[in-house]
Order: sequence, then C-alpha cells, then structure tokens
Amino acid sequence: MNRTDIGPPDYREMLPDAIKMNYGKWKYHEKVRAGVLRHVSETGDEIYTVRVGSPRLVSIDFIRDLCDIADKYCDGHLRFTSRSNVEFITDNKSNVNGIIEEAAKLGLPAGGTGNSISNIIHTQGWIHCHSAATDASGLVKAIMDEMYEYFTSMKLPAFVRIAVACCINMCGAVHCSDLAIVGVHRKPPKVDNEKVLAQCEIPTTIQSCPTGAIRRNPDPNIKSVVVREDLCMYCANCFTVCPAMPLADAEGDGVAIYVGGKVSNARKPPMFSRMVVPFLPNTPPRWTEVVDVLKNIVEIYAGNAKKYERMGEWIERIGWEKFFRLTEIPFTDQHIDDFTHAVETYRTTTQFKW
Amino acid sequence: MDEDTPLLDELEKGPWPSYVKEIKRMAKKNKAAKDLLGIQELSYKDRVTHWKHGGIVGVKGYGSGVIGRYCDVPEKFPDAAAFHTMRINHPAGWFYSTKSLRQLCDIWEQYGSGMTNMHGSTGDAILLGTTTDNLQPCFDSLTEAGFDLGGSGSALRTIAGCVGQARCEWSNFDTLKLVYDLTMEFQDEIHRPRWPYKFKIKASGCPNDCVAAIARADFTIIGTWRDTLRIDQNAVRNYVDNGFDIKKLVVDRCPSEALEWDEKNRELKLQSDDCVRCMHCINKMTKAIRPGVEGGATILIGGKAPIIKGAYLSWVLVPFMKIEPPYDEIKDLLHKIWDWWDENGRTRERLAELIERIGLKNFLKEVGIPPVPQMVYKPRANPYVYF
Repeated sequence: MNRTDIGPPDYREMLPDAIKMNYGKWKYHEKVRAGVLRHVSETGDEIYTVRVGSPRLVSIDFIRDLCDIADKYCDGHLRFTSRSNVEFITDNKSNVNGIIEEAAKLGLPAGGTGNSISNIIHTQGWIHCHSAATDASGLVKAIMDEMYEYFTSMKLPAFVRIAVACCINMCGAVHCSDLAIVGVHRKPPKVDNEKVLAQCEIPTTIQSCPTGAIRRNPDPNIKSVVVREDLCMYCANCFTVCPAMPLADAEGDGVAIYVGGKVSNARKPPMFSRMVVPFLPNTPPRWTEVVDVLKNIVEIYAGNAKKYERMGEWIERIGWEKFFRLTEIPFTDQHIDDFTHAVETYRTTTQFKW
Repeated sequence: MDEDTPLLDELEKGPWPSYVKEIKRMAKKNKAAKDLLGIQELSYKDRVTHWKHGGIVGVKGYGSGVIGRYCDVPEKFPDAAAFHTMRINHPAGWFYSTKSLRQLCDIWEQYGSGMTNMHGSTGDAILLGTTTDNLQPCFDSLTEAGFDLGGSGSALRTIAGCVGQARCEWSNFDTLKLVYDLTMEFQDEIHRPRWPYKFKIKASGCPNDCVAAIARADFTIIGTWRDTLRIDQNAVRNYVDNGFDIKKLVVDRCPSEALEWDEKNRELKLQSDDCVRCMHCINKMTKAIRPGVEGGATILIGGKAPIIKGAYLSWVLVPFMKIEPPYDEIKDLLHKIWDWWDENGRTRERLAELIERIGLKNFLKEVGIPPVPQMVYKPRANPYVYF
C-alpha cells in the first residue's frame, strides 16, 4: 500500500535510556577533554558524550561501522550534530576510551568541542550541484587537513565556525560564520537562444534579475533574452529559473573568503561575515592558496584575540583597518559595498586607526 | 571508463577523514558510485560542475523531497546519468537507533548509490543518487520502515532544532517535542510546494542558537526566560578559588553591565533588570549559573541567505512566548504569516524581502501584533511617516 505523510520517526523511539530518564533534568556539563563532554543530571546520573569528526559525504558501510560502535558501547543509539559530527553517548565512564579507540581505528578523530575548529558546514559542490562555482567536499577536506590540530584541541580564544557554500545561493547559510568560503562566478550567463525557447518562461527570467540586467532580445524574430553585461553581478538567479543561462566557467569561477560572522547572542549580537578576499581561483585538489589565507587568518586571530573573543568581536574591537594591516590582505574597491544595504557600511566618524 | 583518479587520490591523504575513500569504498560494489567518482575526477580536471539543471521527478502524491539531477556527460558515465537525491526527514535532534539506521542503509543499498550525507545543511538525511525508476519503490520501502521525505522547492522545509532538553541544561523549552509536533502538523505544507518560495522554521533552545536559526530561518524560535538567572554562589566561589578570573572573563564581558563581583562578600551580584540573557556568563560558568525557570522563546522572522536582495538576520516579532503543547499560538501565527505572504509575495520572494517591500508596520497590522520597542534597535530618524 502507498503510504504518505507519515512524517519522520518519533524522536522518543530514538533516544537511549540514559537520556530518556534524565530528559529535561540536566543540571550542568563540563568538557572532560577535547571531544568528550560530561553531563550531570539533577538526579545525580551522569553521561559521557564522545564527539568525532566525519566527512559528511559517507557510504552506507561507514554508517554501519558507526552502528557497530554504538551497539557495543552505547545501548544501540547514536546521534549526529548540527555540524555533521557523530556523537556516542554512554552512561558508563569506562566506555569512553573504547569508543575513542574504535573511532580512531576508523580514522575518525575525537574533538570539535569548546574553543576548537569543529566540522565544516557545507553544500554539495561538484559532487551533486548544477550551479556550483567550486567543489565543497574536497575544499572542506583540504581545509580540515590543515586545521586538524584545532579540531583535536581547545586552544583557540573561542570556537571558530567554518562554512563552505559552493555558490552564492549559500544553501548552507554560511553568511554568519567566523570563516566562510563561497564559490563565485565572474562571467555573465551565456544565453542559449534555442534552449530559452524550449525551457524558459521569458517574463519570469527577466523578473528574476535583481539588477534589471535582463531584457527581451530586441530582434522580434528571436524569442529569447539578452544580458546587459555591465549590470550583471553573476548571482545566477536567472540560471535557477532558466536552465538556458549557465554561468559556470573554468577561468571565471573560484572562491571568495568572508570573515567574522556569528549566530550566537553571547556578548555581541549575531553578525554577518564580511568579505576579505574577493576572489581566488579554483585549484583542485588542494586549493592551496585558499587554505593558506585561512590558516594565516586563524593564526593571527589566535595570537591577538582576547580569551573568549570570537573572530568578529576581535575584529570589531581592533577595527577592520587593523585587521587588513595585520593579515596583509590587500584592500580593493571590491571590498566597498555597492548593493542594497551598502551605505550602512560607510564610515561616518573621524575615529579610525592608521 | 578510465578508472584512474590521480587528482582525487590526493584527497585520500592527510589526517581528516576522507570522503574520497568513502566513494571508493562504495564504488567497489555499486556502479553508480563508481561513475560518481569518475564525474568528480572529471570536474577536478575541468574545474566546472558536470551536473545539469534538475528535472521534475518525484514520488506519487508529493511535489517535494526529491531533487532531480542529471549528468551532462551521460555517454561517459551511464550509471550516474540520472542521479537523483532523496531528502529524508531526520528524527528530531538527529538521534537514531542503530536498528533504524541499518534499515535506512539496507534500503539505500538496494535502490541507490549507497552514498549519503549525514546530514544536509537543512537537516535531512540525504540519500545521494538514484534512478527515476527506483524513486517510487525506494520511497515505499522507506515509509514501510517508518521514514518519510523532507521538504524541497517552494515548500516548508524540513524543520530542525537543537538537541534541547534531551542533553542540554540550557534549553528553555522542549525543542524536540516542538519540532516533531510542527513537522507532523504541517506534512502537507512540507510535501506539496505551493508558496512564492521556500519557508524555513528552526528552533534553538537558548540564545547560543546551535542550529543557526537566526541566520537562516524565516520563522526563528529561540529559547529565553522571563525571570532571572539562577546563581549558585558557592559554585561561583569555587570557580574563583580555582583561579578563574571572574572580573576579567565574566563581569567585564557582560554586554549590559548587569554583573558585579563583590570581592568583600565574595558574591556575584546581578542587576536582573539589566540582564539581556546573552548566555556569556552561563557559558563560562556552567556549574554556577543557569537560565531562569520561567522558560519560553523569542519569535523572530525573516532570516535568510543573500539570494536575491541580500542576507537578513531574523527580526524580533514576539519578545516572549510560552512554548507548550498544543502550540496553538505558534501555529495560528504561522498560518497568518503564510496567508499574507502567499497573497502578496512575488515568485521567489522570501518573507523578509516582502516585509521590506511592503513595510514592517503593514505586516504587523496584518498579523495583529502590536508594536513594542523590543522589535527595533532604535526608532526612525526620518520624518516621512504615514498617518
């Protein structure tokens, strides 16, 4: 029988007993070491959570491996985190080392807790997306290989959230991350007139452009559109509604780097990440130039920020002008906003540093 | 097919676990996974994507949950020529029994590439790559095992929340219960796209906002409390006695200067009226300071990524709401918002963009919510008022 709208499994059937018994009764927690949390309940019960990294793009055999560990140590339960880490929860302290060792045998490091660099939120990239301007999984692997020591330790001033989006649609909502890497196009769409006729609705395509760069083709015999290239900022919104306008281009595509966003309300309110590098070319498989810029920013932040200060809080305190000086990243006209909320970013005081 | 993958082989090296190893593991026994590897290597060589715009594919009775995907070089990679994604609505909090996970794996072994994302950024378990013919039988097996599809397209997207009271002492309401209840209530809105564009609901139990609700959800629910912080002065003294610099690390960092360390009486004093519930002191002194007991949430609206008119962080709409079953207040508000947006929104216009176009003032009138100062940082400076 065809069943529909049954919804997801009831979460209550997915909880281990130790959680069921203390649901809503937790009193406090502490970080025992990188990757290990201890939660204590009002009832006196305690549980240990071992958090390990994951590549996120995984095979079913990988999931079965995780299940083997959970069956052995965790009452047949496990959970994933909002950053794609895997968590093994046990009420038996003596299981902790066993879980860490078995995860290590699978190549999965314990970490991602406290003042660390946890796993990277990311999108599909060249593994599955039609609008990707860069890869995601490979870029993430290249970055995490270099940031590995920060995943397995808690030595940064505060945690640093990294996110990768393979185009500016930003499926991963990367725009409020301490470090965000975003795939960008730099060439206008190439209009395929025959395909426009077959696959696209012309008024919708014209309306999709936020800068009004798309017009009807002036030749009445051609039922298609033209793009005013000087107005195009390569957002690809037209491509989303009309497949006949692809922007992907090996030379034009690459990544931009944004810095200093946060979503937590702790201390300063949530803030957007800001552009610091407008473009770097795609250099698979290791994106060495991109990784070097990120590593440099993290090291300068780690050496200069106050304890508990997030990347964006540190930069706001010292000023962006000083951030560019310390990191030696060149400031260009591309850094100056000219889109919808631009003037809010122009300086209206004589207070600044040299 | 050429089986050399010199570029991807580089990504098997290094300490971080490798997704390339995962694809290779599946490629040994699954032809679609093998072609996926080939397509990825080709993209690394060409530096462009080799996936085409999706087509309309799906399962009977649904308009969402399946993302159609086709390769642009099907002659080279026939086994991944059609490589559709199925979004599986995750159990709230991403908790699983190994029994249910193994069932999911067995189904995907039978019908798909064997590759998954655990999880996609919206929250779903992503089953990556199957053929058009396999969609319906795969879906039927999934529902047999108790799983259902999540949202995609111009629909309500899969609702997600933080771990909440299941394993966190800071959660000011039961996030998992709310997420599950809303998900079950709005199955139709999730599975049958009918709106101007996507709509996202995310719930975080406290202002730390572990699911980034404020950055990406049109309807953002963030736990908070109406009464005052609970401070255990003995535990505070313990921190201080162990060398914790309470003045520098907590008192001086309080954004509203609501805390004071009384060195003489060895007591942390709180000007409760000035506390803005930011979580900093709680985060840093987990054993000594806790949220109040009168829990609920702040409702904010409009968060989204840049497409089309720029990114927005959600705005405060309801400063405090009790979050308790049957959640009628939230559901009524959602229906009012959806009706107004559906009536007035243009194609691909998210809620925040519509509100900016028509005005927050008009939106408040439509949904019947009175203006309060908590909604804004500051009042207007210009004189252009409609009376």
